[in-house]
Amino acid sequence: MGKSESLKRQDELKGIGCARKRKEDPRFIQGKGLYVDDVKLPGMLAGAIVRSPYAHARITSINKEKALAMPGVHAVITAEDLKPLGLHWMPTLAGDSQAVLADEKVCFQEQEVAMVIADDRYIAADGVELVEVEYEMLTPVVNPQQAMDEDAPIIREDLVGKDEAGQGKRKHNNHIFTWEVGDKEATDRVFSDAEVTVREEILNPRVHPSPLETCGCVASFDKVKGEMTVYITSQAPHVVRTVVTLLSNIPENKVRVISPDIGGGFGNKVGIYPGYVVSMVASIVLGVPVKWIENRIENLSTTAFARDYHGIGELAADSQGRIKALRFSALADHGAFNSHAQPTKWPAGFFNICTGSYDIPVAYARVDGVYTNKAPGGVAYRCSFRVTEAVYLIERMIDVLAQKLNIDKAEIRRRNFIREDQFPYQSALGWEFDSGNYLPALEKVLEACDYEGLRREQAEKRANGELMGIGLATFTEIVGAGPSKNCDILGVGMFDSCEIRVHPTGSAIARMGTITQGQGHATTYAQIVATELGLPSEEIEVEEGDTDTAPYGLGTYGSRSTPVAGAATALAARSIRAKAQKIAAHLLEVSPDDLEWDVDRFQVKGNPEAVKTMKEIAWAAYNDVPEGMEMGLETVNYYDPPNFTFPFGIYLCVVDIDRKTGVTSIRRFYALDDCGTRINPMIIDGQIHGGLNEAFAVAMGQLISFDEQGNLQGNTFMDYFIPTFMETPHWETDYTVTPSPHHPIGAKGVAESPHVGGIPCFSNAIIDAFAHKGITHIDMPHTAYNVWKTIHSLGLDK
Amino acid sequence: MSKIQVSFKLNGKDVDVLVEPRDLLIHVLREQLQSTGSHIGCETSHCGACTVDIDGESIKSCTVLAVQAQGAELITVEGLAQNGELHPLQQAFMDEHGLQCGFCTPGMLVRGYRFLQENPDPSEDEIRYAMAGNLCRCTGYQNIIKSIQKAAVDMKTANATSAE
Repeated sequence: MGKSESLKRQDELKGIGCARKRKEDPRFIQGKGLYVDDVKLPGMLAGAIVRSPYAHARITSINKEKALAMPGVHAVITAEDLKPLGLHWMPTLAGDSQAVLADEKVCFQEQEVAMVIADDRYIAADGVELVEVEYEMLTPVVNPQQAMDEDAPIIREDLVGKDEAGQGKRKHNNHIFTWEVGDKEATDRVFSDAEVTVREEILNPRVHPSPLETCGCVASFDKVKGEMTVYITSQAPHVVRTVVTLLSNIPENKVRVISPDIGGGFGNKVGIYPGYVVSMVASIVLGVPVKWIENRIENLSTTAFARDYHGIGELAADSQGRIKALRFSALADHGAFNSHAQPTKWPAGFFNICTGSYDIPVAYARVDGVYTNKAPGGVAYRCSFRVTEAVYLIERMIDVLAQKLNIDKAEIRRRNFIREDQFPYQSALGWEFDSGNYLPALEKVLEACDYEGLRREQAEKRANGELMGIGLATFTEIVGAGPSKNCDILGVGMFDSCEIRVHPTGSAIARMGTITQGQGHATTYAQIVATELGLPSEEIEVEEGDTDTAPYGLGTYGSRSTPVAGAATALAARSIRAKAQKIAAHLLEVSPDDLEWDVDRFQVKGNPEAVKTMKEIAWAAYNDVPEGMEMGLETVNYYDPPNFTFPFGIYLCVVDIDRKTGVTSIRRFYALDDCGTRINPMIIDGQIHGGLNEAFAVAMGQLISFDEQGNLQGNTFMDYFIPTFMETPHWETDYTVTPSPHHPIGAKGVAESPHVGGIPCFSNAIIDAFAHKGITHIDMPHTAYNVWKTIHSLGLDK
Repeated sequence: MSKIQVSFKLNGKDVDVLVEPRDLLIHVLREQLQSTGSHIGCETSHCGACTVDIDGESIKSCTVLAVQAQGAELITVEGLAQNGELHPLQQAFMDEHGLQCGFCTPGMLVRGYRFLQENPDPSEDEIRYAMAGNLCRCTGYQNIIKSIQKAAVDMKTANATSAE
């Protein structure tokens, strides 16, 4: 007995800190996953959507006759059919409305105009070809600056004369909202008196999360029971259930939403899309299940773009590079409908994290949302709400300042970091950073990569006319939305939940309000329960995604699963342990205060022989509890976090650029992440690899672009950049641990940090390669052609 | 449309199925033969989620007509485990965390299964080149490479043991 024996038992639990293998893998490696397109219900029909070829046009007629005459076609649904139900428009999460099917006019290319319901996907596709829609073209607006021109075409005629579109006052027909934060006057004063100021364009181009599985659903309405069951690729199934009830008036107890296995989300699967609504209506009307699955073109063209932030960043500093103020303004292109997926009161998400890891005394940011004739959105693509945009701003701007002052880019960060003794830190734009320790993490990375050596090598290469860049990003994220005092979605607070039920023989099930999309929830939540309850993680099932069985939760996005639902898990387990302690005391005939917890058991203080293991207690909970106590061993916890969590990271990237072709090779990418307490290091590394790869994709190649007519230029994997094994660099990972003081287990969330921090790190590396030529700015994506254009403009390809 | 009978071997079993001339193999596998392990990610043969093995070649089944499978031997992810034993590559994907959401995994496994027969002792560069037709959005590929390397070693060890 003693410490080593305790440690052995602790090891056997495979709890927090253990790189245990994933519980979800056996079914996936044997082709036994259940994704939405695998769902097959009796009598099920297939839906396919008729879409607009134009970005802006009036619909003059829709003729369904030929389609309806085709054998196997059951229905063609248009806005006219939805009008009597009041479902031709739907509210968005941002307080705007979105056409479910185009109501007299289309506002973006590929907009939903009608749905054909047929025996199978082939006949439905044939039917789509036979629906005749006549359009009268209108002038499209694709550029957000032009959308705000005095005489710009009006995109949303339904809003003419309305000075609000759900998120505050608007001042122009194509204007949605103005969001401001910080002290403008004080900021302006600092800028006018500053020793040094820098100003740069900061563009986050339109991109798309493009998970490998597209969006889709199977809607099945049971007329007899009056029940709607929907299988849906949703990152937020409970919210979907509430919205279905609000839209359809089907009572919430009669709506069941099931998120089955999800083939990647990355923000693409948070929103509620027209295809879902029409499928549900079709199932109600036809009395049979209806499946609708997007193809890749539909996915890239219509559901959930990200970014499209066109900004100007400014820093004021002293001559030593100490930042005195930050100022930012941006036009946010939300497309034709403001259907961005953010907490309702945050039109620009948590953009006010843009002061970054630096102690900036005063700041001001302003974002104006505008409509254009492009697909509606936007979502947070593998990041917390607008955090990528914010981090890109500050991490680019601090480099620009360093260049102007000729200060090393690592050194300028050292001079501006929030110091360890300043935490909890009140930022100028309103956040309380929970914890952080940036400087040692930076020094660790610089040493691991021999930063000084790299700079020496770069100097030599520059002397030889070669292009080598070193990128740094030292970022702080804000994740874990969020405290209900400032976060809600349609009025529902952004808590999350866990229900734990311990069975008589000591195994358990944990049901969660979140939903995994590859993050390994079945593995990691079980580890939290294991450590807190002293039961082996192998014997703990985790279930999520079925609104009939799971407790209500807001879902998985914005790195909120660990910060919010993970906290609920720990607290639910602790509440069970508290009950278990009373049962143990009863069994051992002592007072609960006489007991102490030891890994998986309670023992009488000073008497290590007198113990009750958690398994013994579980059995007793069903037959021998203290008088007056309820039997059973279960509880549910709804966790409303007191604050967000603020994970951080220090990334370093080294690139070599070919002077003749502009081809960039990523020589090295070193990522140090601090996500507080680490639950499963294997899964953390996997999440970081994946997030870095998506950062690489965004920085180096992804772009959803349009011509002047609003035609999408490239909406298949033929054109839209998804890195393959060939382009993807090798990733090196490292970590420090600075626990969150307010989270029950100190964990902060990790999966989005690499995307958020990776993008500016790549950009900084590319621009650093040209820094000695006075270049301070190059827009993403850094394709070979775009990089070559810089080379060519500088005459370096000669 | 008149239907055509197509016969082939699917994971060792003889299969007869009536298809339309235009039916894609992936749809017939998934919707008629209930073999839903192979997935559809792009319809343009870029992502490889639909990869199946046809007569010893890795083929993207979203761009093959079902009638082209006449007389062929097909292996899908469901056919990799033998007699209840996982294929070493499946085991390696679990051991090395070579999957996250699992959507690309069947295609990765089927391609990797063939590749390791083509090249039982691949370098990292050879793996990257040979697997480049299969896309993954979750893993950043690194652990898939490790999985394939581990499977190669395990298979060599197993072969050496069985040869003794």
